[in-house]
Amino acid sequence: MRYILALAISMFAFAVAAQDWEDRQVFNQGASNSPLRIISSTDTDLFAPILQSFVARNPSISIEYLVTGTADIDRRFRANPEAFDIAISSAMDLQLKLANDGFARSLQEVSHPAWAQWRQSLFAFTSEPAAIVINKAAFAGHPIPKSRQDLIEALRARPDVFRDRVGTYDVRQSGLGYLFATQDARASETFWRLMEVMGSLNVRLYCCSGDMIDDLTDGTIAVAYNVLGSYAAARVESQSALEIVLPSDFPTTMMRTAFVSEETTKPEVAETFIQHLVAQQSNTNGEKQLLPSLDVPGNGRERATIALEPALMTFLDRLKRTKFLAEWEDALIQE
Amino acid sequence: MTDRPNVSGSLRNRLALTLIGGAALLAILLFFAVRNYAVQVAQQGQDNILVASVTSMLDAAAIRDGTVEVDIPYAAFSMLTTSADDRVFYSVFQDGNLLSGYGDLSLANDTFGGNKTFQTNKVRGATVRQISASRTLIGANKRTEIQIALAQTQDALSETLDQISRNAALLGIGFFALTAALSFWATSSTMGQLNKLTTSVTRRGPQDLSPFKKPVPREMAPLVNSLNSLMGRLDHSLGQSEDFIAEAAHRVRTPLATVRSYAEATLQRVDKEENREAMRSMVRAIDESSRAAGQLLDHAMITFRADHLEREEIDLVELVRDLVLRLTPIAEMKDLTLAVYGDEQVRYAGDPILIQSAVRNLVDNAMKYGPADSEIDISVTANPRPEIKVCDNGPGFPTQEIDTLATRFKRGKNAEDTIGSGLGLTIVQDVATAHGGSIKLTNQREGGACVTFSL
Repeated sequence: MRYILALAISMFAFAVAAQDWEDRQVFNQGASNSPLRIISSTDTDLFAPILQSFVARNPSISIEYLVTGTADIDRRFRANPEAFDIAISSAMDLQLKLANDGFARSLQEVSHPAWAQWRQSLFAFTSEPAAIVINKAAFAGHPIPKSRQDLIEALRARPDVFRDRVGTYDVRQSGLGYLFATQDARASETFWRLMEVMGSLNVRLYCCSGDMIDDLTDGTIAVAYNVLGSYAAARVESQSALEIVLPSDFPTTMMRTAFVSEETTKPEVAETFIQHLVAQQSNTNGEKQLLPSLDVPGNGRERATIALEPALMTFLDRLKRTKFLAEWEDALIQE
Repeated sequence: MTDRPNVSGSLRNRLALTLIGGAALLAILLFFAVRNYAVQVAQQGQDNILVASVTSMLDAAAIRDGTVEVDIPYAAFSMLTTSADDRVFYSVFQDGNLLSGYGDLSLANDTFGGNKTFQTNKVRGATVRQISASRTLIGANKRTEIQIALAQTQDALSETLDQISRNAALLGIGFFALTAALSFWATSSTMGQLNKLTTSVTRRGPQDLSPFKKPVPREMAPLVNSLNSLMGRLDHSLGQSEDFIAEAAHRVRTPLATVRSYAEATLQRVDKEENREAMRSMVRAIDESSRAAGQLLDHAMITFRADHLEREEIDLVELVRDLVLRLTPIAEMKDLTLAVYGDEQVRYAGDPILIQSAVRNLVDNAMKYGPADSEIDISVTANPRPEIKVCDNGPGFPTQEIDTLATRFKRGKNAEDTIGSGLGLTIVQDVATAHGGSIKLTNQREGGACVTFSL
């Protein structure tokens, strides 16, 4: 009952917020032309250096940067593909499906390795592993878990400490959370056991990494599962309190992707931007970057990075998604 | 002397064109055969993967608690990964109602009872290969049909086909180049046999009419046969002509000489003036006939010999002196003097018989027109060209006919009372032409005609 209520409230809030943006900024406002509209799931402060260096090089171009959740990007973009020039999201599956469905424009001038692009229209520009982020205070005197199995044991060992104090994505709302969950589920049964343990501890569900890290920093929760390590690392004030653990059993690494809308009115500018973006992110020895760069999947790590392939669409199938969400709810939400 | 043959087309070109055209045709056929086969193989490959994928999807369909679940395996789409990142579309139907997937992808008409149907379709502006397949699910108390349409774009396929087409084209071009080179070689080696025959015909001496003995390819044997038989006949008829000329000269001249000597002898015995006059006319007539016969034979001989000119080194002065020696008795009969001037020696490579007959005709003419007690001047000079010039003190050539006189059977207007057949100058002209020379007719200022015979 409580779950239904929570869902109803969250859906309502979601619907209201849909008209609005999490953040909205215009870079290089002085330029007279209509701005390049970028819809993105990446927080503005993480992405700002790339935008600033782009407008510095192209002073005649202004950029309107719109931030919203990954699932919302998919919804808004499908509804109004002509309203945006570029879509950037961490939900690889949703992005790939948009490209597959013909929303992405093929860019012939962008040179990018085959594993990091799809159909020369969807371009990956970061490698970001999903992490277990821990508030060190909760583990004082106890070993820091290094894998999912360790985490399960740690949670089981001290249920009183962790009750109401574990968090993860609400995969029903977050596209990235759903991607991580489905890839974890593919990789190992450990995922489901972890979900069951977390469910028994009355897990808190979050829409976004930012909120989760906020709660983690102030001690509301002690453990967050499947958070983007990059977000945690970017919070300077949180760094002393938090420990970012990349699970040693099987890391799940996501690549942030960008594509140009098929219906863009500024194909040349948008293509230039994508070129700038991949060049900045591939060039690791430049100035300090806030966003992780794109790493070549090395030996033994192939399984780790989620591949850009049509198989990503599997879990987006309506029947498959319904089934997965049912299992997920069964495991995680216990009345 | 030789007519240009009537040339129509070229055997070499025709042969080369046929061979190269054939090679081009074969190369094109090869290209299309290879490409066609590659299309089939590549399409078969894509179809097989689509079958595997759709089968794994259908296998994942099940009825649980009365509802249909289709738990699409990750591998179903994973196996559709291609190097060209082909797009994938699918739709899942239950008894014709869309359960999941792309609403704009419709099933093939006959998708029921386990049928698998392939189509090439257009979906969202892309050409796709589509498979429609179905599976019957049997639950506790119901029976339902799950149908799946799965489509994939053909970018990787067309990339592969482009590559195969390029290779097939290269193969075709290589095959064509090789065959073209071979046909050039074959053509020239075939033509080489003809050229060899041509060379050996051209190189033959003028008198050589013997049959060809060298081996020739079987196809050329009929040609060589008819060539041999033609030469045989030619040899035979040439021999006949030569025999005839010799025979005719003998048969005509000898009886005439006999008749003449009889007439001369009779003239000595006849006293009556009118009879003597008749006998003299007879002798003149015999002379005329004898001369005409001689000239005709000369001319026939010249025509024959000029076609097969046999040059040998001779001294023109010696030749002229010989002739003068022989003609002196006749000249004395007419009270004429023959005088030879010019160089001591004039060497020239020519046919002595022809030149002799030409000079004899010139001197003959001069003696005919020269008045009694006059001198006939014959000068032989070597520079600038070997030249024999014969001049008399007669009436000279009629100026208006000087250019046409050398034509056969034509005589000067003022020659009506002189014996002659009109062949004399023609013979001289023919001999000069055969030796690459010419004759020139002039009149002397103080009277008399001159003929310059230059070689």
